[in-house]
Amino acid sequence: MFDVPGWPGHLPGQHVDVRLTAEDGYSVQRSYSISSAPDGNRVELAVQRVVDGEVSPYLCDVLSVGDKIELRGPVGGWFVWRPADQAPVTLVAGGSGIAPLMAMVRTRASEGSRVPFRLVYSVRTPDDVLFADELRRRARDDAGLDVRLVYTRQTPEGSPEPPGRLGVATLNTYGWPAEFTPNCFVCGPTGFVETVSDILVALGHDLRRVRTERFG
Amino acid sequence: MSDDHVDGNALAGDLREIFAVDLTTATGRCAGCGYRGSVATLRVYRNAPGLVARCPHCEEVVLRLVRGRDRAWLDLRGTVSLEIPLPS
Ligand SMILES: Cc1cc2nc3c(=O)[nH]c(=O)nc-3n(C[C@H](O)[C@H](O)[C@H](O)COP(=O)(O)OP(=O)(O)OC[C@H]3O[C@@H](n4cnc5c(N)ncnc54)[C@H](O)[C@@H]3O)c2cc1C
Ligand SMILES: [Zn+2]
Repeated sequence: MFDVPGWPGHLPGQHVDVRLTAEDGYSVQRSYSISSAPDGNRVELAVQRVVDGEVSPYLCDVLSVGDKIELRGPVGGWFVWRPADQAPVTLVAGGSGIAPLMAMVRTRASEGSRVPFRLVYSVRTPDDVLFADELRRRARDDAGLDVRLVYTRQTPEGSPEPPGRLGVATLNTYGWPAEFTPNCFVCGPTGFVETVSDILVALGHDLRRVRTERFG
Repeated sequence: MSDDHVDGNALAGDLREIFAVDLTTATGRCAGCGYRGSVATLRVYRNAPGLVARCPHCEEVVLRLVRGRDRAWLDLRGTVSLEIPLPS
């Protein structure tokens, strides 16, 4: 969570570029999606630690409250949901790909939007669910929001279904049918995004309505 | 850095530093195959020197951006034209 003086506000789905510069001038830059709804100068990022990564371990383990970092943004006007668009929305997240989709879910609520949303969120195990409590609460309280979790390695205790990869059947059942011409937003690791967008196109979705954000 | 490509959308920050408007929502036409699409839909590879954006249809390089400390080089040889939405 960052407090950014002079933050101009953002659209849900946009990202920032974080730059870290060492004393000798060496600098590295990575992109992170904004997970919060617009709220004054506050900007929330959800960063997943990549073992032996250059930037994410620093953000997760070293950075602490009160530290300053260099942020550039908000940027990106394409992978965004605009509340004025009344088409139903299918969101598909893999792992930390939930971040920009969370901003959309939160903005929908804060704007009082009635656009029907369906979120399909793929994680390895129940411990990997980001925003778990908030999603549970919103699935109950936010009218018109459906949330479906898919576990690929280990399911919660007592779950009737075995773990498994997100496939055609799940997207067909828990996303909007192509005939409703929904806007689809797919975000996560590159391989995940490729698989999901191929499935959506196979299910008859117009590629122009499938917007993707590959995390690499 | 990851070998996997990301979307043209990831170029937004670097391009915004050079241009006054968001170039990722511009519609570009590929010189190789004529594909028309938003810059955000290009495939961006980050393991080359600089950033290389390829056409999602024919895989030709359409845009290349190299940044130095105090300047940037933008190579648009693979692009026929860019149609850029302007705030009205
Ligand atoms: C537009 C955009 C938005 C993004 N938003 C987010 C976000 O909201 N939250 C978030 O956590 N990340 C996000 N990412 C990914 C993020 O930018 C970094 O790539 C990631 O944090 C890894 O950086 P690093 O410096 O720690 O690792 P690096 O030093 O870059 O990589 C270390 C090793 O990990 C591998 N690796 C790199 N990236 C990943 C990855 N994403 N998953 C698995 N292995 C990887 C590399 O191949 C390498 O072997 C986003 C990426 C883009 C392009
Ligand atoms: Zn092409």
